[in-house]
Parts: sequence; structure tokens; C-alpha cells
Amino acid sequence: MNWTLMWDSLPRLLAALPLTLTLVFAALACGGVIAFVTALLRLSDYRPLVWTIKTYVFAFRGTPLLVQIFLLYYGLGQFDAVRTSVLWPFLREPLWCAILALSLNTGAYTCEILRGALQSVPAGQVEAARACGMSRTLAFRRIVLPIAFRQMLPTYGNEIILMVKASSLASTITMMELTGVARKIIAQSFAVFEIFILAGVIYLALNFVASQAIRLGEKRLQPCG
Amino acid sequence: MNNTLLALAFGALLPCLALSQPAEAKDWSKIRIASEGAYAPWNGMDPSGKLIGFEIDLAQSLCKRMQADCEIVAQDWDGMIPALQQGKYDAIMAAMSITDERKAVMDFAGPYGTEPSAFSVLADSPLGQVVFASKRVNLSAPDATGEAALAELVKALKGKSIGVQTSTIQANFVDKYLPDVSVRTYDKLDSASIDLLAGRVDAILGDRSVIEALGASQGGKMVQFGPDFVRGVLGDGFGIGLRKADADLKAKFNDALAAATADGTVSKLSLQHFGYDVSVK
Repeated sequence: MNWTLMWDSLPRLLAALPLTLTLVFAALACGGVIAFVTALLRLSDYRPLVWTIKTYVFAFRGTPLLVQIFLLYYGLGQFDAVRTSVLWPFLREPLWCAILALSLNTGAYTCEILRGALQSVPAGQVEAARACGMSRTLAFRRIVLPIAFRQMLPTYGNEIILMVKASSLASTITMMELTGVARKIIAQSFAVFEIFILAGVIYLALNFVASQAIRLGEKRLQPCG
Repeated sequence: MNNTLLALAFGALLPCLALSQPAEAKDWSKIRIASEGAYAPWNGMDPSGKLIGFEIDLAQSLCKRMQADCEIVAQDWDGMIPALQQGKYDAIMAAMSITDERKAVMDFAGPYGTEPSAFSVLADSPLGQVVFASKRVNLSAPDATGEAALAELVKALKGKSIGVQTSTIQANFVDKYLPDVSVRTYDKLDSASIDLLAGRVDAILGDRSVIEALGASQGGKMVQFGPDFVRGVLGDGFGIGLRKADADLKAKFNDALAAATADGTVSKLSLQHFGYDVSVK
């Protein structure tokens, strides 16, 4: 073990943290919005929409994230129609392609997590709310959604941790996030073991913070005390 | 109870530990050689996934001379040197330049080939209009026109983005001479050329024959830009990468290479794959 190299590489790796965090937070935010909308539509009675959402979830859960990133980055860029479209300034940048792919991916998983949580809310609670005179929307906002959020939090915590790790795949499309920088240092020093250990420890630290935050959230959402 | 579980867990791990020991083959009747397979015409892959190219043919010729049974394996460029040191294979023939940084961690037989580095831009790029004072710049000892061409290059590429393959002499070149460009590093030069065609990078830098091969496969959409660059940070030709401990294998490779150069095999293979002679004179 080359401790000096590890110590000297630490600042360079930490300098890549902002980009990793940007990817994770942007993907979780966009993915959250996607999941909320798609989960509601998925539970609607409008058949074509339900099938569209089902197809989306099937496609993005059923294919590897790496394939999705490559398709969005290298695949779309090959079409002239895409390169001349208004979307190109976004799709030209690897950052936006990475965020888009991560968002669509986590959106598909979170959609299913949220749907399950919404469906698990006991019918009796909704009926009670309705009996108190709440409208359907109000009952959904005050009763169903809070209960569903509480239900989904442990599973969603899993998804957050998976996203932190999935952000490393952005290094395959030239993004210099944590893994990208680690690979660059390895390319210069040939010290695979030391540098990846260090990168692994940083990911562990990130996920330790994430899991503690989720636990805190779970505690606060406990119904009694 | 807990101890039983622990014992079971370790028992399950044992075969993995045993497998991770590199197979020793000290008489060199069997040699494993790694190549990349994404760097034609040096090393490429045919549609069925079989390795082909100058280095593959040369490796087979060298093995015949060493009376060794060779297995040539495809390995990603990224991580090729660490895997050599771990004993996953015994030699690297993958257009790997002999540089001081690499010599600090490994050894080389050869060199068996050399060629300049060159930039490629899109045919309709304004960069194609720039005129340079020199056609070839020797970075070890640049003359006046070489210095002028280098200065023109720095000016022309200021603020542009350049694609290179990670952990290559070209990446070192950009780091050293072009501080004002944004560098994107790719695992393969093929990927960099896809991004050049998509307009994500303004230029790519690689070994000249590979740049030319990529340009030819795109039917004139990519053109060479600027002069050729040789020596200095770009190293002293391509060598056969070996572990430092295997001095006997280095001697074997060097003998075989000398024989193959003497009887014209290297030149013949070179003409066949490149159309010109890449052997080191």
C-alpha cells in the first residue's frame, strides 16, 4: 500500500465530489418529479396513459443503466435531426445526458415504489377521511400521500443509495466525477488498488450520510412518538 | 453457531482465493499476450470479434520464432498495465509507447514500430483553414519552424475542446503543451471520433495511422489538422510491455524481434497493414 500516494490523491478526488453530488441531486430531483407524475397517471383509469407508463417503466427497469447512458449520449448524437434540433445544446453536453439518463432510470424505479406505497394505504383510512367530509383531492393530499411517503421511505432510501453509486457510470461519457478522476489518477500512477480503495471509502462516506438522513426521516415520520 | 457460519463463509471463499493466484509459466513455452482490439490498423477486431492487425500478425510471427504457444487476448486499454503486473498475461502488444513514466513500473522489449501523433478535425471546421510553418515537429529538439508551428497550434486551439484516449502519450501531450483547451478523455479513440462527428469536441488527437483509418471509415468527413508530432513527451516508439521481473522473456522477445526485422518480416507486415513502413530505423 502506497500511503503517500493515497494521501496526495485525496484532494484531487475530493475536488470531484461537487460533480458527483450535482449528478445525484439533479437526478433525484428530476426523477422524483417524473416518478410522482407517472405514478399518479399509472393509477388513473385512462388506459393508453397507463400502458405508456407501464412501457416506460418496463424499458428503463429492464435495461442496464450503462446501455441507457450510451444510447442517450453516443446514440442520439448520430442523428442529424437531433443535432439540428433545439434540444442539441442540452444533449451536446455530457452532463445533461448523464442527468437525463440517471433521472429517467431512477424515475422508473421510484414510480413503482410510489405506486406500491399509494396502493398500500388502507381503504378504510380513505373512507374515514371521506366520511369526515373531505373531498377526494383533499383526502389524497392530507391522508393518502403522507401515509404513502412514510411507507415508501425505506425502499426509496435504497434507491438514493443506488443512485449515488450509479453516478459513477457518468465517467464512461467523459464526466470527471469521482470515478472518472479515480480512473485518471490510476492511468497516471498505475495504482489501481490504492486509488479505488480511496474512491470506495468516499462513496461509503456519502452513503453513510444518506442512510443516516433516511433513518432520521423515517423516525420523524413515525405516527406515534 | 456463529463459528460454524464463519467457517462456512470462509470455506465458500477459498476457491476464489485459489483462483486469484496467477499461473506461473517460467519456461515461456506458453505466453499470454494482451492487445486492445480498438486501434486499427495496429490492432483491431473483425466482425466476429477475432483480434486482427499488424501487432497480432507480428506477435504470431515472434511466437513462432520463440517456439512458444501464444494466446492473444483482448483487454481494455484502461487497466492494461495493472493487469500485466498482476499476472493476467505476460506481455502487451497494443501500440504502447515506451515512455519514462511507464518504464518506472514496467519493462519493454523493442521498439518494433513508431509513428507520429496527429490531430483530426471535421472537414468543414474553421480549424482546417489554419496554415502551419512545419509539417513535422520533433518535440525532443524542435527547430525554429517547429516552435512556430507549436505556437500556432496553441493559438488555434485556445478555448477549444479536444478528445484523447485516457492514459496515452497524446493525453500527456495535451496536458503539457495545451493548457488552454478543455480535454475530454475517452476509453477508446473510436468513442472520441464519434463525439468529433457529433460536434461535441473540436478535434481529436491520436496516432496518425489510427486517425487516418478513422477518417477513411467516415468517407472524408474528418481531415488531419496541423503538423505531425514525434518524440519528446510522445515517447520513442511502441514496445512490447513486460513485467520488470521477466528479463529472460525480454531477451527472448528482443532476439525474435531482431530476427524478424533482419529477414524483412516486420517491413512486410507493415506494408501489408499500413501501406508504408512503420518499423523503427
